[in-house]
Amino acid sequence: MTSQTEIGEKGTAAAETRRAARAASTGRAGDRVFAIATRGSGILVLVIMAAIAVFLIWKALPALRSDEANFVTSQEWSPDSTPARFGIAQLAFGTVISSFLALLMATPVAIAIALFISFYAPRRIAGGLSFVIDLLAAVPSIIYGLWGLQFFVTKMDDVAVFLNDNASWIPLFGGDSVGGRSILTASVVLAIMILPIISSISREVFQQVPQANIEAALALGATRWEVIRMAVLPFGRSGMVSAAMLGLGRALGETIAVAMVLSTASGITLHILKEGGNTFAANIANTFAEAGANGRGALIASGLVLFIITLIVNMAARAIVARRKEFV
Amino acid sequence: MAKRIEVSGLHAYYGQVHAIEDISMSVEPRSVTAFIGPSGCGKSTFLRTLNRMHEVIPAARVEGKVLLDSEDLYGSEVDPVAVRRVVGMVFQRPNPFPTMSIYDNVAAGLKLNGMRGKSRLDEVVERSLRGANLWNEVKDRLNRPGAGLSGGQQQRLCIARAIAVEPQVLLMDEPCSALDPISTLAIEDLIAKLKEHYTIVIVTHNMQQAARVSDRTAFFNIAGTGQPGRLIEVDDTSKIFTNPVEKATEDYITGRFG
Ligand SMILES: Nc1ncnc2c1ncn2[C@@H]1O[C@H](COP(=O)(O)OP(=O)(O)O)[C@@H](O)[C@H]1O
Ligand SMILES: [Mg+2]
Repeated sequence: MTSQTEIGEKGTAAAETRRAARAASTGRAGDRVFAIATRGSGILVLVIMAAIAVFLIWKALPALRSDEANFVTSQEWSPDSTPARFGIAQLAFGTVISSFLALLMATPVAIAIALFISFYAPRRIAGGLSFVIDLLAAVPSIIYGLWGLQFFVTKMDDVAVFLNDNASWIPLFGGDSVGGRSILTASVVLAIMILPIISSISREVFQQVPQANIEAALALGATRWEVIRMAVLPFGRSGMVSAAMLGLGRALGETIAVAMVLSTASGITLHILKEGGNTFAANIANTFAEAGANGRGALIASGLVLFIITLIVNMAARAIVARRKEFV
Repeated sequence: MAKRIEVSGLHAYYGQVHAIEDISMSVEPRSVTAFIGPSGCGKSTFLRTLNRMHEVIPAARVEGKVLLDSEDLYGSEVDPVAVRRVVGMVFQRPNPFPTMSIYDNVAAGLKLNGMRGKSRLDEVVERSLRGANLWNEVKDRLNRPGAGLSGGQQQRLCIARAIAVEPQVLLMDEPCSALDPISTLAIEDLIAKLKEHYTIVIVTHNMQQAARVSDRTAFFNIAGTGQPGRLIEVDDTSKIFTNPVEKATEDYITGRFG
């Protein structure tokens, strides 16, 4: 309650200052130039974005009109044949499942690493470790793709066969033609890719936990783990959700690593060990060069869908974070 | 419930900094002992050695003995976590858990101690909030955030949280310094009530407050900046404020300090 009114008050105070600044800016030439420059660049960004959107939709529309299949539910992708038949079902499925699997694998590990660095590791180790994690977060994804293709895929062949032999009662691990170039491998590569960024942000979030809250928990006789559960994790909740969403965003849009690892094949299957599968970004990377005019339009349309999915994920994350806003 | 504290030859350090030097004194059960003295003389540091909170600061360490009814808190086999469960603490700035409701704040320590079951928790939460003179103000909004209360209410919430686990000793570090006079009065009334059950040690920079709430008063001082803080004298509050033995004490309480 108070926090909201405080924010409200802060908001009005800020507006007041801004108003005062605006009034003053009419006086001086330098201020006026600056005001025009900032407003101009703000408007410019919006105009550019609108232009891009209009351009993409305009390019996509003819292809969408030519589509003889259902663009949303069809699993085919033959936009350059006559009649053109294509749909995003398989791409959406592959994109979403590989990203969510990656998120599922990466988040717990990333948070555990961040907790270790923040609360358990001796100072010197903590410093070195967080440096390495920050460094990994900056590695370009082509590196992960090369590593995934050259090294990891072959290892995953055995893992896939093993899982299929021993755990095929889990629906995800059933099916035939299992191998390394599967959705699971892509997910693991994605997980490794997004782990550093999630970990790095979570660590920063944990550092924001007020010392007073940590001391309050300690003074009640909490052990280190209990302090983390009482004071750290609840406080860091929204920050961790944001970190995970940033990771998910990166996984959803990741192109090159997935394109290199997957042996693309069409068809939706829950069997994540099966070689094949496809994602929006990988599909665009793999087929754009050879695509005809209609094919490019179709790919652009699929890109727009990816954009919408990313937008929905982000909004969902914001909703999660906002739901308990009155508690910090 | 209430236990006697006996401190002997206690030193505390922050890395190389020697913060308090050779303190020996005892604190009687079911009484209020006030620590007074100028800023930086080590009152907070000393208080935090009494529940082993000092050592949570990196490189901080303690030498000497603190006996709680003959058990040495710094004995080699003693777990600091266990110490903090019997010696509760209220901090200078109210620090309710911002992510928790009023109810959950009070129940936090109980849950640490493994108390389960809604009806039992309900009962203890109510008793603690009544004990902290806060029940009537919050009973209709137990599920609202604890951080939404006023400063004085938050501090009483922190007291309720501390007494919910029925500690032997309650340490308070300038609990009123961030509060308005009305809230301060409410807390002082509460201290008078709590001393029937608990051993209370309170740091205060307000000498009227020390005179009002405490039975015994300890005066601390430093010889100069960079010097360790020392205990100058400890005696009945009435004696300290009317007829102290040490000249430094008299100078301090009459405002002729420095
Ligand atoms: N976290 C800390 N690290 C290093 N020195 C500290 C720390 N906290 C307090 N000190 C030092 O210890 C001395 C005593 O401080 P403190 O116990 O807070 O005094 P008081 O509560 O009487 O004002 C001061 O010189 C202070 O600078
Ligand atoms: Mg202090």
